[in-house]
Amino acid sequence: MMMQAYLIQSINLFASALLLLSFAMLSQRRILTLIHLFTLQGAALVAATVVVAYVTDQHHLYYSAAITLVTKVFVIPLLLHRLIDRLNIKWDVETLINIPTTMLIGILLVVFAFNLALPIVKLSSSIAHSTLGIALACVLLSFMMMITRAKAVPQVIGFLSMENGLFFAATAATYGMPMVVEFGIAFDVLVGVFILGVFMFQIREQFDSLDIRHLEKLKDD
Amino acid sequence: MSTDLIHLDWILLLIAAWLGIGAFGILALRRFRFVAHVLFPLGGLVCLGVFFVALQAIFAAPETAVLPLGLPGLPFHLRLDALAAFFIAVISGASAGVSIFAAGYFRKGEGTPPGLLCLQYHIFLASMVLVVLADDAYAFMVMWETMALSSFFLVTSNHRIAAIRSAGYLYLLVAHVGAIGILLCFGVLQANTGDYTFANMRGQHLSPFWASAAFLLALFGFGAKAGIVPLHIWLPEAHPAAPSPVSALMSGVMLKTAIYGLLRVSFDLLQVQLWWWGVVLLALGLVTALFGVVFSAVQTDMKRLLAYSSIENIGLLCVGMGLGVLFRAYHMDALAALALTACLYHVASHAFFKSLLFLGTGSVLHATGERNLGRLGGLMRYMPWVAWVTLVGVLASSGLPPFGGFISEWLLLQSFLFTPGLPDPFLNMLIPIVAAVVALVAALAGFAMVKFFGVIFLGQPREDKLAQAHDAAWWERAGMLWLVAGCVVLGLFPVHIIEYIGRVTQILIGQNLADTVRTHGWFLLAPMSVARASYAPLVFLVVGAASFYLAVIMVRLLYRGQSRRAPPWDCGYPAGNARMQDTAEGFGQPIRRMFEPFFRMEIKHPSPFDEKPSYRISLDDHFWHWIYLPIARATEAVSKQVGRLQQGRIAVYLLYSFVTLIAMLVLVRL
Repeated sequence: MMMQAYLIQSINLFASALLLLSFAMLSQRRILTLIHLFTLQGAALVAATVVVAYVTDQHHLYYSAAITLVTKVFVIPLLLHRLIDRLNIKWDVETLINIPTTMLIGILLVVFAFNLALPIVKLSSSIAHSTLGIALACVLLSFMMMITRAKAVPQVIGFLSMENGLFFAATAATYGMPMVVEFGIAFDVLVGVFILGVFMFQIREQFDSLDIRHLEKLKDD
Repeated sequence: MSTDLIHLDWILLLIAAWLGIGAFGILALRRFRFVAHVLFPLGGLVCLGVFFVALQAIFAAPETAVLPLGLPGLPFHLRLDALAAFFIAVISGASAGVSIFAAGYFRKGEGTPPGLLCLQYHIFLASMVLVVLADDAYAFMVMWETMALSSFFLVTSNHRIAAIRSAGYLYLLVAHVGAIGILLCFGVLQANTGDYTFANMRGQHLSPFWASAAFLLALFGFGAKAGIVPLHIWLPEAHPAAPSPVSALMSGVMLKTAIYGLLRVSFDLLQVQLWWWGVVLLALGLVTALFGVVFSAVQTDMKRLLAYSSIENIGLLCVGMGLGVLFRAYHMDALAALALTACLYHVASHAFFKSLLFLGTGSVLHATGERNLGRLGGLMRYMPWVAWVTLVGVLASSGLPPFGGFISEWLLLQSFLFTPGLPDPFLNMLIPIVAAVVALVAALAGFAMVKFFGVIFLGQPREDKLAQAHDAAWWERAGMLWLVAGCVVLGLFPVHIIEYIGRVTQILIGQNLADTVRTHGWFLLAPMSVARASYAPLVFLVVGAASFYLAVIMVRLLYRGQSRRAPPWDCGYPAGNARMQDTAEGFGQPIRRMFEPFFRMEIKHPSPFDEKPSYRISLDDHFWHWIYLPIARATEAVSKQVGRLQQGRIAVYLLYSFVTLIAMLVLVRL
């Protein structure tokens, strides 16, 4: 019984780590660190999922955790590392809005997400229901990160991190999605990274830079 | 299938043959000779087959079929009754001539590859016939859109020219706006039963309000296709842009499907007709006819002239239909039958003579490369074949005997003479004015046709290169001769034709003219009674021809050996040349003066001291400036505002979705 209580507390711990990492990513300027943070976030997600699986005895969540471990902790970070090696972009990221402002907006978003999650939390019988607000906050923060970054690679990382948040929300609210859906999403994310990688090469070839502000020239007048 | 469906089966089989020919065209995409000299004549042969089957089917009982095509649970219903059969006969009869002409017309290396053109052309033919056959709204709309799209691609076959592209765009736009009207009309007609078959629509008894709504929507939708003012603007743009056989099909044949649709909805699917519908049709028809003919008289491009003349003829058709509705609403069915007979007769004769005229312009265009009347002239000497067959078309179009156009216009005027029987005194006062306007339109149409023929074929060539013009080749001659034969038969055997049309009016209003007409024998046409009016085309032709030849022989006898060829008297001014002939502008000038309010004119006169004087005149359509340009400007302004959303910055686009997401979440929370 004592063990159970500790485990539930540890779910909350991993969830808060997830949120903390989201904030860290929002404030991080260097791409290399960004990828490390993303890997860490994946690891926290895996840990949280495994604990939920153990506590509730839901076997399919072990598989989800395994898929997440392979894709988000190993394969995608590896791909991203190779990408930035080959594109030779480890330099600092310029943000469109300065970092303190971003953080302030982020706090507002977290408050909003918790407020939003309240009625759902009351309905849910899940063991991890109290973390739903954190999951939603992760989604919104990652979205925010996609908006504020001017370079293509951080945007991709934001997109992937948003998917992490969604995944955690699914686990927290309803013990994960059906297996088929999870397989599908994992595969989609992988393919998405490949395609975006190709796009980045193309963008650089066209504009000699990965700054997506160059894409404004494509606008039809 | 059972044996009593034999006509419909044959027609479906022949349609499949058209599609097969089209598919062969795709296989032989660039083998020009094969496509032109094998596939197009084969298509013409199939047209003839459809024509004869349809003629038979007019006298047969209605036949139905359900095609296993379409969406699951929503198959295509087809029905071949006398009305459909009549229109199929008109469509295929005129198309036969056009197909044979097309075999000699299309040239190598012009725009769309010949095989593709062949596919589009035969899909166009098939969809026109299937529109007429359709017996549910779904099949009708699918075929209607197929017709619009295939003809759009035919119009833009020279798509490298920007003007042609924009003409095609305008056509497609009007066609789609019209299709919305038709779709809504069917929606009203099915009266919330959810069953879109025509059989169900016939069974619905709509309240006068909803019946009127359906009628007006149909008038809008089909009017856009037919070119009723003010929805006519696409005609003068699309017809000159299209290759001549295509303009012939579109003007002579495709416009008739719109008339068919209007007849189908207002007489067959709607169970009641209100008298004011007739007034609306009459008024719109008159405006259209007068507008069309006045504009046609002042054009300087020969195909635009014919396009405006088509608008005029559509107006006359509407007038006939309007009279039919009016008589029908007052239960004067015999007179309604007369008016509708006039309308249907004109459908047939217009299909033949207008196709013929467009083909004639096609031959002239090929021989000279000119569409501008100001650079043509005197072609009768170089292109006698084309000139004589065009003369037949011109006479038929002016409503002169012994051709088809005369009979239909005569019947129309006859039905006006019976209007004093109407129980409404106000209408009785107005209708003579309408009849007078119709007579004016007929006269002006004659004027426009004299201009058309005279400026192109008579007088002296206005350009030197015209002397090299060559006459049409055999395929083209054969195609045009078939259409000439159609005009002549329509003019000489009206009693027989009315037998056919009688079947159609029988199912539309339960009355037909054939019984009255038949009693006087086949050579005398007397729509109501011999005492009122009658016309014997053969007698007229024989007497006319006999007196003509008598005159020729007398002249020959009297002046034998005394006649010689000499230059005409130059009125004492020996420096005259071909440019000093009466031009197309000059010929139209009196009309331009008399009907000045019709035009939006800009004239630039040269000053008397100008070294190189130039005279320029541009005639514009008021409707462009009253309706279409304001709409276009409003659309553009709105789109500009919407276009502000497009920043070109990904961050901003992401922000849009972010804000939307937050807003939705807030909404959910509330």
